[in-house]
Amino acid sequence: MSIPVLKFDAVIVGAGGAGLRSAIQLSEAGLKTAVLSKVFPTRSHTVAAQGGVAASLGNSEEDHWTWHMYDTVKGSDWLGDQDAIEFMCKKANEVVVELEHYGMPFDRTDDGKIYQRPFGGHMSNFGEKPVRRSCAAADRTGHAMLHAMYQRNVKANTQFFVEWMALDLIRDEEGHVLGVTAMEMETGQIVIFHARATIFATGGAGRIFYSSTNAFINTGDGLGMAARAGIPLEDMEFWQFHPTGVAGAGVLITEGVRGEGGILRNSSKERFMERYAPNAKDLASRDVVSRAMATEIKEGRGCGVNKDYVLLDITHLDPATIMKRLPGIHEIGIQFAGVDCLKEPLPVVPTCHYQMGGIPTHYSGRVVMPQNGDMSAVVPGFYAGGECACASVHGANRLGTNSLLDLLVFGKSAGDSAVEDLKAGRAHRDLPKDVADKTLARISALDNRKGGANVHETRLAMQRTMQDHAGVFRFSDMLKQGVSKILEVEKAARNLEIKDKSMAWNTARTEALEMENLIEVAKATMISAEARKESRGAHVRDDAPDTAEFPNGRNDAVWLKHTLFSPVDNSISYKPVNMQPLTVEPVELKTRSY
Amino acid sequence: MERADYERLRWRSIRRALLELDITLTRFLDGGEFDKLNDDQQQAFAVLADMEDYDLWDLINGKAEIDDPRLASIVEMLRKS
Repeated sequence: MSIPVLKFDAVIVGAGGAGLRSAIQLSEAGLKTAVLSKVFPTRSHTVAAQGGVAASLGNSEEDHWTWHMYDTVKGSDWLGDQDAIEFMCKKANEVVVELEHYGMPFDRTDDGKIYQRPFGGHMSNFGEKPVRRSCAAADRTGHAMLHAMYQRNVKANTQFFVEWMALDLIRDEEGHVLGVTAMEMETGQIVIFHARATIFATGGAGRIFYSSTNAFINTGDGLGMAARAGIPLEDMEFWQFHPTGVAGAGVLITEGVRGEGGILRNSSKERFMERYAPNAKDLASRDVVSRAMATEIKEGRGCGVNKDYVLLDITHLDPATIMKRLPGIHEIGIQFAGVDCLKEPLPVVPTCHYQMGGIPTHYSGRVVMPQNGDMSAVVPGFYAGGECACASVHGANRLGTNSLLDLLVFGKSAGDSAVEDLKAGRAHRDLPKDVADKTLARISALDNRKGGANVHETRLAMQRTMQDHAGVFRFSDMLKQGVSKILEVEKAARNLEIKDKSMAWNTARTEALEMENLIEVAKATMISAEARKESRGAHVRDDAPDTAEFPNGRNDAVWLKHTLFSPVDNSISYKPVNMQPLTVEPVELKTRSY
Repeated sequence: MERADYERLRWRSIRRALLELDITLTRFLDGGEFDKLNDDQQQAFAVLADMEDYDLWDLINGKAEIDDPRLASIVEMLRKS
């Protein structure tokens, strides 16, 4: 069967913030650049980012990139690589100003500068007092950013392939990356994108969890493709959670609800936070509240048929106050929980929000992996940026507003590195003879399999397993069981059956292909989480509690290292954290407390 | 609506930028509400599905209103779905 081949200098997979930022660098350098996206670019999940983008512009008060760097290292619980963090924080002003020049409508001060607002964890003078560092465009920062960058790409003649799904990474015998196979959804046609540089900007994979704030599109396609091509995934045990998402939906309930007097209750209507935080109660920090909720559920005091959520009760508050102070909560309750929160409590559960780990990269955006004794050898022709990549700047937990900064800085640096490598002479390499065989075999298996597993049921089994066994608060026994369970789900995910065999707009096939990506991420997460026997940042274990010897349960002597999950044999290896910044003194290890 | 047109519309409805719309539109399509609409109403749904995510979400959650009665009636159904 002859498969069409489209030849480009660069192919970028994903048209969210990181993909669009990379594409600008390549197209403006005069390189023939293709961007593939499952949806129209301005419908990428970057749109959902509201908080802003961090940059120490110092427009509102004194600020410095070294202070931003300190906050980021501390936020990462010292698992972030300090060379990459310095690179990102130093570049922040430049990428924000560039964005302004692209036409991004930032909020402004009276004298016309970019307005900066305060955000949790942003401090001046190495943790001394809060500083205004976040640059925003009202509450639509991500949305405005995508529009500005899309327009810039149109001007630069970037070629968009909209409603195309990349399926597999093409690597030759020497390990070079030569492009991707992809499917045009409108026709079902499989095409080879043959490129001198391949950049992944596919976003996160938050849909591995049952409760997730991520849109349905976040199925970890880049991570799945990398894993199938034998590339390890880094620090996948680290996922950021919010304490209160609507159970079963994931839509966020603002923490302001507890601020206004909302009370968390278990199945016997007990105000359980009194046991965990006798003073602060329901107003305890996000981590404490999340852990308490997870413990109640784990110990059988959850609510509902599956006892898998707790209740957020505001029925004792004055309805007028709720409507005035918490706009939208009433509608969210009705729309997503089927509950009138003025009369009944809302079902809530800790909800996955952001993926800190990903495809291992150098801060230049080049993908790296262990090869011939070098733990960080470059994979030639392959680059990644944004949430799908792990540079690693977020380490064990991400500082607020650093997600948009990450996709700008590392989207740009991945693009710059690709331009540099192509200008240095990197040519199109010959495609392997079996270039599309694996992709075609996967599609054919889906189309022809009889008696296989149902996609929806398999996804649900994966999401429940991840939520129950590798959620916001982790227990040794549950993680061990979780590894067995997710390997069982994997068998089903490798044996999917679809009823619809049509070529055009076969969404059943697309969802099955997404499921094959999700399971790679779920497996990497569970096995990496089980293996890390300490608490650090967002990875918190019951058997690694806060003690005098190990504050917050963190054990630097053993665990100050990055996890590398190998999809080839499900094994784990580790590589050192880079504690050496590029030009400044390292941020020394200390206990993370706020 | 032709099958290919419906499947295209479905894809553009179940893969949005915002989770809130993913849930609301998927429920409307897969829960059978869409099938009950006449041709004109189905076209009106397609117009709404083509909107920017925040604009559509503001309509559904009541933060904004729309003048066109043909579209407003579908928005009302989405609010209740």
